[in-house]
Amino acid sequence: MPDKPDRNAIEVVNVSKIFGSGEGQVAALDKVSVSIRENEFFTLLGPSGCGKTTLLRLIAGFDFPTAGEILLYGQDIAPLPPFKRPVNTVFQSYALFPHMTVADNIGFGLEMLGKPKAEIRARVAEMLKLVKMEALAGRRTGQISGGQQQRVALARALAPQPKVLLLDEPLSALDYKLRKEMQIELKRLQHETGITFIFVTHDQEEALTMSDRIAVMSSGKILQVGSPWDIYDKPADRFVADFIGETNFLTAAISGIGNGKARATLKSGTTIEATVAEGFQPKDEATVVVRPEHAKLTKDKGDLSGRVENIVYFGTDTHIHVHLDSGEAFTVRQQNTRTAGCGFERGDKVGIMIGDDAAQVLRD
Amino acid sequence: MASAEEVAKAAERRDVRDRWLLSAPALLVILFAATGPLLIVLVYSFLTPGPYGDVKWQFSSDAWTSVFLERDIFDDTLSLAAAHVTIFWRSIKLAVVTTLATLALGFPTAYFMATRSEKTRDLWLFLITIPFWTNLLIRTFAVLQIIRNEGIVNTILLKLGIVSAPVQILYTDTAILIGMAYVYLPLMVLPIYASMEKLDFRLVEAGYDLYATRFKVLRKIIFPLVKPGVIAGSILVFIPALGAYVTPSVLGGGKNMMLSNLIELQFGQGRNWPLGSALSITVMIIVMVALLAYVRNAGKSGVRHG
Repeated sequence: MPDKPDRNAIEVVNVSKIFGSGEGQVAALDKVSVSIRENEFFTLLGPSGCGKTTLLRLIAGFDFPTAGEILLYGQDIAPLPPFKRPVNTVFQSYALFPHMTVADNIGFGLEMLGKPKAEIRARVAEMLKLVKMEALAGRRTGQISGGQQQRVALARALAPQPKVLLLDEPLSALDYKLRKEMQIELKRLQHETGITFIFVTHDQEEALTMSDRIAVMSSGKILQVGSPWDIYDKPADRFVADFIGETNFLTAAISGIGNGKARATLKSGTTIEATVAEGFQPKDEATVVVRPEHAKLTKDKGDLSGRVENIVYFGTDTHIHVHLDSGEAFTVRQQNTRTAGCGFERGDKVGIMIGDDAAQVLRD
Repeated sequence: MASAEEVAKAAERRDVRDRWLLSAPALLVILFAATGPLLIVLVYSFLTPGPYGDVKWQFSSDAWTSVFLERDIFDDTLSLAAAHVTIFWRSIKLAVVTTLATLALGFPTAYFMATRSEKTRDLWLFLITIPFWTNLLIRTFAVLQIIRNEGIVNTILLKLGIVSAPVQILYTDTAILIGMAYVYLPLMVLPIYASMEKLDFRLVEAGYDLYATRFKVLRKIIFPLVKPGVIAGSILVFIPALGAYVTPSVLGGGKNMMLSNLIELQFGQGRNWPLGSALSITVMIIVMVALLAYVRNAGKSGVRHG
């Protein structure tokens, strides 16, 4: 938990980054502003090419913004070279120095800062212990496994005690099981060191499980910033709703807006209550989203009606795809039990009950 | 019926035989064109010089004695052959300085080339190899044209009024060094470029990220990782530079004798083939010792990658 939730470690103010010039120029970031709090596990989430890595590289200092400011505890660091920023990076490829041992890699930053030898040795030992790599301190980086390299890269970036740690998709090269382990490990490290983490990923599950807050990015813009719960349950935007998890989009007529809620009349004629993002004034017609796990199938008449098109078994649950009478598609996720099947068959006429407080009006 | 083991063994035998057959032409060339003559040189170095060149088949260690020693014509005592030592020293010095000069020029060049976009890289590589298209003698004469008293450099300096009389560059050690550095530069650039091209520049970013300044990144990350290229380039430059003949003769005006001139003299006017042979083998030994020392020394701080 952040101790001083109001203090910002990083403030990105109106930052744009344009690559190339003339006809071929590409805006990788388009007037992006975001504040990252102290001691926060902050994730930049988005598909490849959305600008998340560019933003990270600007904070690290490998690239410089075309316009805008990047403040580190109030000081503009945008024009500083990377070696003058108290910020360290864990690279996607780890970028460990192949001509040095594990211990020398971890001590490199401290050595470059001109710390005394004894201090470096003590700090390296501490870092080795933190990432549980004591036994391999003398190995060369080519002689250790991918997961171990990952730990060394983390230790190397944490050793100089940066104000902010940047992580560029550090888990993407690991296999599934190791990735799960490292997710927990990363959370532990962040908690133990109290350093602000900025984590870049395209993996929504990773983002949801690890982050204090998430910024969802697309085409060089930040679409929504919020807690994992906000992002998942109250997506502000069609892209966010679609990118994170699975969801159902329904067209609805909107009325009675007020108090963060609105009445949405679906094509089936049923009216349900839906939440509206703060400060957003929907038009008469809008898209409403409902997560598949927030709806229930019934054999009777529900809020919506349709015909079962496909049933997909997932082990923990079953996804039932329904073709609505309105022509729209709707998926319901149903928890599996050991004893009975899902209770429906392809072609069944079914009704769908939408749970209370399950619908959200999108801002598209 | 042949067991699997037998089949595997037969395949292996066939493999070994094929390998020998395929390398036979190269081995024959090396045997007859390099090893054979070398043995002849070795044998000649222990014979007596003939009156009109050639050798007399009579054993003598005189040639080896006179590589570094001189026999006084009056009292037959031996003393250090100052002239030979000077020539050896001059040649070694020139080879070392040439290697250092090409390294100083070649390293930044290779770095520049390796950091270009992939398309332009090929163009630079192509440009670097252009000098190889021209004969060494012609290239050396081109350098001569540039640096001689009435040459381009002096004409420009005079016209601009920077100097009042032409600067004597030609027929000095500086002229030899300029010529040598020019001739051998590609041999330094290419191996360093080959190493540099394989360098993962994300490591350079990681260095910057970990508070290393540009100079520290160069010294602690780039240089150790391209060291195999630097070693290869140094060897490729040092060996021919030690025995260089054309460039020192043309640009140095033959005033200061080099090893190659000394050896040539023994086979020509000197009519002392055994001494020429002994000198040649001495040069080979110097090269071998220098290489062993260099490689061992460079390997100590050990780069084992790539």
